[in-house]
Amino acid sequence: MNIAVCVKQIPDPATPYELDAENHWVIRPNDQVLDDTDRVGVEVGLQLAEATEGTVTLFSMSPSGSLQGIRQALAMGADKAVLIDDESLKGSDALTTARILSAAVKREGYDLVITGTESTDGFTGVVPQMMSEILDVPCLSFARNVEAGDGTVTIERQTTTGYETVTSALPAVLAVTAGAEEPRYPTFKGIMQAKSKPVDTTTAAELGVDPVSSQTITAVDPVAARAAGDVVEDDGEAYLKIVELLEQVKVI
Amino acid sequence: MEFDFTDEQTAVRAMVREFAQNRIAPQAEQWDMDHHFPVDIVTEMGELGLFGITADEEWGGAGADFTSLCIAIEELGRVDQSMAITLEAGVGLGINPIHEFGSDEQKQQWLPDLVAGRTLAGFGLTEPDAGSDAGATATRAELDGDEWVINGSKAFITNSGATNTSLVTITARTGPDEISTIIVPSGTEGFIVEPAYRKMGWHASDTHGLTFVDARVPKENLLGERGRGFHQFLSTLDDGRIAIAALAVGVLQACLDESLAYAKERTSFGKPIGSYQAIAFKIADLQMMTEAARLLVYRAAWLKDTGKQFKQEAAIAKLYATESAVSATREATQIFGGYGFMDETLVARHYRDAKILEIGEGTSEVQRLVISRGLGLPIR
Repeated sequence: MNIAVCVKQIPDPATPYELDAENHWVIRPNDQVLDDTDRVGVEVGLQLAEATEGTVTLFSMSPSGSLQGIRQALAMGADKAVLIDDESLKGSDALTTARILSAAVKREGYDLVITGTESTDGFTGVVPQMMSEILDVPCLSFARNVEAGDGTVTIERQTTTGYETVTSALPAVLAVTAGAEEPRYPTFKGIMQAKSKPVDTTTAAELGVDPVSSQTITAVDPVAARAAGDVVEDDGEAYLKIVELLEQVKVI
Repeated sequence: MEFDFTDEQTAVRAMVREFAQNRIAPQAEQWDMDHHFPVDIVTEMGELGLFGITADEEWGGAGADFTSLCIAIEELGRVDQSMAITLEAGVGLGINPIHEFGSDEQKQQWLPDLVAGRTLAGFGLTEPDAGSDAGATATRAELDGDEWVINGSKAFITNSGATNTSLVTITARTGPDEISTIIVPSGTEGFIVEPAYRKMGWHASDTHGLTFVDARVPKENLLGERGRGFHQFLSTLDDGRIAIAALAVGVLQACLDESLAYAKERTSFGKPIGSYQAIAFKIADLQMMTEAARLLVYRAAWLKDTGKQFKQEAAIAKLYATESAVSATREATQIFGGYGFMDETLVARHYRDAKILEIGEGTSEVQRLVISRGLGLPIR
């Protein structure tokens, strides 16, 4: 199976993000790390590749800088990477990202595109659905327990109440949930091999995509401070009130 | 001048740090309490390739530089010195003598499993009556037909008696003025592994005394040339000094990190204790020691990796980093006050664990001897 895994390099979540005062874009340092969610996607891709004697190709729309995050995914075992490195793509919205990634995977060829559910820096959570629309293939979202069949892929799709088992013909786009698999550690050998694995660089123009963003961020406000919680005084029947509250938020 | 680590070295640091945080840190306190050597975690370290960092690819290693190994040891040392010394001794004392001096047959027999971390090897040099004075080795090996017959005992041998230990390499007297190195497989009749020591620190590392009573091994188990034992272990120990110093850098970094966090959060007389010079200056000193030790260690590692002389620099790095680590654990414990004396505080464990760093693989006194001789002083 020819597996395309879309990955994103993001600023290290351990350090506070800074926004550009003018356009409100995240200021990206030279050293970015692999988004944790994407490590799950890489893990799922590697497992499918191992089961089907397939290959894993990484796709990343990444501004120029160190390839630390991409190397991390290559060290886990991915075979190669395609990097769309283009100044004109800075501050792209989700649709432009989806158009670029779709054009890249289409050009390279694929049976299955794997993405995370949403990135840990932008959180739009719509790129996989947009890609499936652009590529005109089914989208399997919120996926876990992914299994390859004969020209098909089967997943458990997480819902608010449980999960559905979904089977789709290939090619398809598949968005994994954060807990779908425990990502492997890169091995020492993997780290050493990663530096010699091919990383092809391309541009929006080479992919025939005009990078027009349809989105402008007009204002950014800090997250409101967390409001104080409700206090339930125990008069002997507080448990009834607590059960009612839990039912309201549909926990029970 | 270039002080940056390479991309691969940075990636190794990230990988080992994450593994240490996720797999070792949560369990280290329990292992310490139980004096438990976690073979399962050692196996996982093997699967990550940590034991094979510097070994040739022919034996399953990565053929990478010594600096990368030091980085891995430093990162393990931050969270648990026992696992760091298990790796350090596993590579430096277990694998390296066979890798450096072994015959092709010996390498083929032992290295693939050792390099993959499936088995461990110990190096038996120290004896109850011969530590720094390794020339006083009293263990004897005599040829009887096609076999060496070994009698004697060894003391404080790391990785020598775990369920995954496959052999020990020992130094033994093979003539009146002759010391040689011989491989003794685990399970050899007459090779007795004594019960694990009760130690002040490093509770989760595997350390035993070894006794040999007419233990017989084939003649071919001689490692390298007969009579070259002294030379072999001296060369083994030079590398080990840098690696132990790297472990000490991990301890220093842990003391700095823990103390810094605690000084911001703990209040006394209405203010964080970090706002008092008595505490703040201690922490400033911790950073100074950490950075100075790190520079010495990685310069020595770089000298070794680039094929330059490093004997003097290795001794300086070992001496400074380990003595600093002992000072740092004492000061960090002081910063934590009463909590610093409690077993569940990381710095308390580091305090107990650190002392041996000034003793193992060449005491501070031996390092000063090496440095003095290197300066041309007519010292005995």
